[in-house]
Amino acid sequence: MLEAIGAFFAQMFSSRVWGILVDSFPRLLGYFLRVSIPLTLLSFLLALVISVAVAMIQYAQVPVLRQICRFYIWVVRGTPLLVQLYMVFYGLPSLGVMLDAFPCAVLVFGFNEGAYMAESMRGALEAVPRGQLEAGACVGLRYLQIMRHIVLPQAFRIAFPALSNSLISMVKGTSLAASVTVMEMFRQAQVINGRLHESLGLYAEVALIYLLFCTLLTFLQRRGEKRLSRFGGVK
Amino acid sequence: MSENASRRMMLRAEGVTKRFDGREVLRGIDLTVEQGDVVAILGPSGSGKTTLLRCLNFLERADGGTLEFDGERIELARATGKDVARLRRKTAFVFQNYNLFLNKTVLQNVTLGLTAARGMRRDEARERAVRALEKVGMAQRLDSYPAQLSGGQQQRVAIARGLAAQPEIFYFDEPTSALDPELIGEVLSVMRTLAEEGRTMLVVTHEMGFARSVSSKVLFLEDGAVVESGPTADFFTRPKTQRSRSFVESILAERER
Repeated sequence: MLEAIGAFFAQMFSSRVWGILVDSFPRLLGYFLRVSIPLTLLSFLLALVISVAVAMIQYAQVPVLRQICRFYIWVVRGTPLLVQLYMVFYGLPSLGVMLDAFPCAVLVFGFNEGAYMAESMRGALEAVPRGQLEAGACVGLRYLQIMRHIVLPQAFRIAFPALSNSLISMVKGTSLAASVTVMEMFRQAQVINGRLHESLGLYAEVALIYLLFCTLLTFLQRRGEKRLSRFGGVK
Repeated sequence: MSENASRRMMLRAEGVTKRFDGREVLRGIDLTVEQGDVVAILGPSGSGKTTLLRCLNFLERADGGTLEFDGERIELARATGKDVARLRRKTAFVFQNYNLFLNKTVLQNVTLGLTAARGMRRDEARERAVRALEKVGMAQRLDSYPAQLSGGQQQRVAIARGLAAQPEIFYFDEPTSALDPELIGEVLSVMRTLAEEGRTMLVVTHEMGFARSVSSKVLFLEDGAVVESGPTADFFTRPKTQRSRSFVESILAERER
């Protein structure tokens, strides 16, 4: 084990590898900032919209729509993300539905994570005390006003750690987009590797960039939680 | 008060019934409230007091009975969403566990109903809210969140939230039952002030001292039925039924100890 670790560092810091890493870094980081992060944010935004809608439909027990939502969650959570990507990108064209790689990835990532986030949101909505709704009704608010002003803000606070989790997991998940030809950081590393044959160093570099960004997100999550807790705990 | 025959009838409920899972919780309750009445709803726990109050404000849907309120007559079981909204705009409800909006400040708790539900201008709502909060002695905490307040303070804000709506009637559902003993007094004294101003109040309570000294009428329930109703003085000094006599006696005995 120790030997392997020693070999790893010896290889990483040989001048040849070091040179490759230093040269490729700006390029990889560029793809990360220009492609991976936008891909993450757009997918997350889509997932957020889907999850709030799906959670609210279930919370309000809207007939029919509710069953459709359960079906969506069942299918999406029960099948692999990579398979979903392949089906939409390589499969749908045979039905005449042709999507560019990037929007296809946004759609699949958004719908995929949306299913998980919908469950986080539903749990959070149900954790808001019933009395909050009753008080809202008693001051004359309509149902959607109660949701908007009272229940959803409290639910977001409850779901915040779970949603942060989803965001962080999505950052790394975007590397799967490489498999459907989206030229993001990981695919770029594969391209560079095809020329220079330095798998270990290059992929370790990619991992490090993901790690640094996720560390930043974890830090922001902690700050966010602190801010939210100023409003006091939810009973 | 009974000498004033011209007092307006505010609320009349007739034959209110409610079942939970086949169990009859309310078995045809009648209740009349005139403007300025403070009606104490008393009775042992499980007698249906809270359910009655919640049915009157549609927090529970009654199975039967009618409600006449402010000149309007409605079948409780058939009220539409619109009816419910219209009636609630004329009422205020104070909960046992306050139910202040946890994500809103003291001020926002009071203004939200005014701006969002009644379309009042922001500055106007704020002005009215501050006046209401001054009245309950909470105007110095406008920017606090509920979690930063004691139970008694939260309940006073909840009362201010009701006050700001300028309701025809105030419903209180055991407003002091969740409070530490030393905090009960501040809430009761606010309620006493409201009663002295001639506000119409319907109060479910276990505070017999309050019921006796502040309320004008008593409605005594047991097992979902009215055992006795009438002027407060009569209820406490000359209870009409054996059951209310023993209830009053047990309470007086409790106070002696």
